[in-house]
Amino acid sequence: MTTDTTTKSPEAAAVPPPGAAPQKKRVTQGHRRLLTRRDRITLAAMAGVPTLLHVALVWVTAIASILLAFTTWDGIGFDSIKWVGLDNFHQLFSDNPQFWPAVQHNVIWFVVLILIPTPFGLFLAVQLDKKIRFTRLYQTAFFLPVVISMACIGFVWQLVYNPDTGLINSIIGANKPGHYIDWIGDPKLNLWAVLIAASWRHAGYMMILYLAGLKSVDPSLREASALDGANEWQTFKNVIFPTLRPTNTVVLVVTIIEALRAFDLVFVFNKGAQGTELLSILVTNNIIGESSRIGYGSAIAVVLLVISLAVIIPYLIATFRKERRA
Amino acid sequence: MRLSPSGLAVPGPSRRSLLRGAGGAALLAGAGIPLLSACGGSGSSSDPKTVTVGSNASDAVPKKAFAEIYAAFKKQSGVTVDVNTKDHNTFQEQINSYLQGTPDDVFNWFAGYRMQFFAKKGLASPIDDVWAKIGGNFPDAMKKLSKGEDGKYYFVPLYTYPWAIFYRKSVFQKHGYEVPTTWDKFVALCKQMKKDGLVPIAFGDKDAWPAMGTFDQINFRVNGYDFHVELMAGKAAWTDAKVKAAFDHWAEILPYHQDGFMGRTWQDAAQSLVSKKAGMYLLGSFVAQQFTDKADLDDLDFFAFPEINPAYGQDTVEAPTDGFMVSKAPKNHAGVVKLLEYLGTPEAEQIYLKADSSVVAASTKADTSAYSPLQKKAFEMISGAKSLTQFMDRDSRPDFTSTVMQPGLQKFLQNPKGVDSLLSSIERQKKQIFASS
Repeated sequence: MTTDTTTKSPEAAAVPPPGAAPQKKRVTQGHRRLLTRRDRITLAAMAGVPTLLHVALVWVTAIASILLAFTTWDGIGFDSIKWVGLDNFHQLFSDNPQFWPAVQHNVIWFVVLILIPTPFGLFLAVQLDKKIRFTRLYQTAFFLPVVISMACIGFVWQLVYNPDTGLINSIIGANKPGHYIDWIGDPKLNLWAVLIAASWRHAGYMMILYLAGLKSVDPSLREASALDGANEWQTFKNVIFPTLRPTNTVVLVVTIIEALRAFDLVFVFNKGAQGTELLSILVTNNIIGESSRIGYGSAIAVVLLVISLAVIIPYLIATFRKERRA
Repeated sequence: MRLSPSGLAVPGPSRRSLLRGAGGAALLAGAGIPLLSACGGSGSSSDPKTVTVGSNASDAVPKKAFAEIYAAFKKQSGVTVDVNTKDHNTFQEQINSYLQGTPDDVFNWFAGYRMQFFAKKGLASPIDDVWAKIGGNFPDAMKKLSKGEDGKYYFVPLYTYPWAIFYRKSVFQKHGYEVPTTWDKFVALCKQMKKDGLVPIAFGDKDAWPAMGTFDQINFRVNGYDFHVELMAGKAAWTDAKVKAAFDHWAEILPYHQDGFMGRTWQDAAQSLVSKKAGMYLLGSFVAQQFTDKADLDDLDFFAFPEINPAYGQDTVEAPTDGFMVSKAPKNHAGVVKLLEYLGTPEAEQIYLKADSSVVAASTKADTSAYSPLQKKAFEMISGAKSLTQFMDRDSRPDFTSTVMQPGLQKFLQNPKGVDSLLSSIERQKKQIFASS
């Protein structure tokens, strides 16, 4: 204890912060000398408050919703929670006509985003990286949709697709009886119509990510490949693109997250009617509002969680392995 | 494409991106629900001179009309009404947590199953004492609507409005159409309108509820009120041949509905009636709100859905009724009784109707002299009905109608031939939902 005399406030030793007691013996004297009482309080606050919030808002709620997935509950009073085992999942997989289409649409959402707007965003980024004139203006124009909220995008596109007064049907004359093209309602069309809106936004997002990646590419690499006589495409393919690897990983993760959390755009567009069902919308429809099938909705949320984990865990494992090796 | 959710063991804590997924799912999954109950009512006063009212009347017209009623009540009784208004849809979506938290003494709500549900859950107080006084003001059909399953009164109706087929008098006159009273005449009229270049039946089902109104009409015309109620209550089977018959009738007139309906809102569909492109429109009388021009509004008329089965004729009217309920533990019971007794009088209803002319009074004693011709007709139709229904989502479990029937009916509209498999799917899901209560 006498070693503590070096600290500014000697009473710290007499009254250690609560919770530190069990570790007392294990803490080496050297460490103790470095941390004043104030330091320890600060540390406890900085680590403790976020930890508490994190546990309460993330872990407790996640575990609660996993547990609720095995119950039925109408949300009225805790005594009405009834344990039903795997019933919710059984009903979901065998009897819910919206569930499998929803899973399918989430997958299509991802595939489309990764195949169309992502390469297009890369293309735009490469073009804008060439320091052409008005590059800032183009960047702003392409990035603008990303700044607008998804709900607004849904609202705007819904006006464009409106069967009677929308821009598209008015231009092509498809708003007369017998010629209707129902972009919003027709289950064969509406998912693609929404995906155009989603891609419109996603391309700008990808462009900015790739632009940042391209800015960090060492100019000497380009110079070297130019000296070696590589043309523009060869330089891009063999030199630039491989150096964009970290950006590609970020892009992949961002796109997966976008595909799984797709909700707002569709909800505003047509509330997830036939053709545009999504898992997130099924969760909301079952839980929010008067319906209050909280157990059932939680089961859908758990499926969504499992899919997210299935995608993200392999990525994290790979990243950690690389870090450890490095 | 099939994705098996099994076989993935989740290892311990990990990094942020993983947690984001977990947290997002958890938040979606209703972790917020118990917390929400804390955001109910505002009234913490137990002042004997104040009654708090939770109101869903967020639109300007009804909000003002209610304020006038409460002002008149204050003049008469000296009790102040403290109104806590929430957005109409938000109020409805939060009703569960609102009623479990600290609700206001009195709240706006709907008659029918939705009222009985909260009565059964013990979230509303019976008000037989109020009805002992106001009972004489209401017809039997309204009394039936105001009772819970236990036979006690829980609801004071204020106003109601009918669902019917709306049309333009000038259009019918110009083409020499007659109001159809039977199914065959109705189908013949649809055919004729199509020939004359009109859209026979305006339709928009983007919001998914208008189709429920069409089903209700056809079902109680084909199968009668009693079967309709049993079906809504989850007792009759959706796979019953009677239900199939109702859908067959619907399929018969489906080709005469306006195309592109899945992407059209009811407001846009109503516009085609305003612009005389469509001949008829089956909707609630709130369709009149879209007729902003006085001359157009005067030209608007309606008729009851035609008879299909002569055994039932046109004896049932779908007339959703709005009114008031009392929360589980009102702070000022004496004041609440006074307020509800006042709200159950024809005077209170008249004040409301002065402001909102698209509805009619629930009481038969209300003065009808100031009614517009449309209101008079609506009033006669409702008071002449043998039975009143509310609307599918008010007569049945809201979880069933919103998660099963809305998508189910949309599926039928797009593929009327697949009705058999659709009905057995509805029946399976219905059993699960009604068993879980």
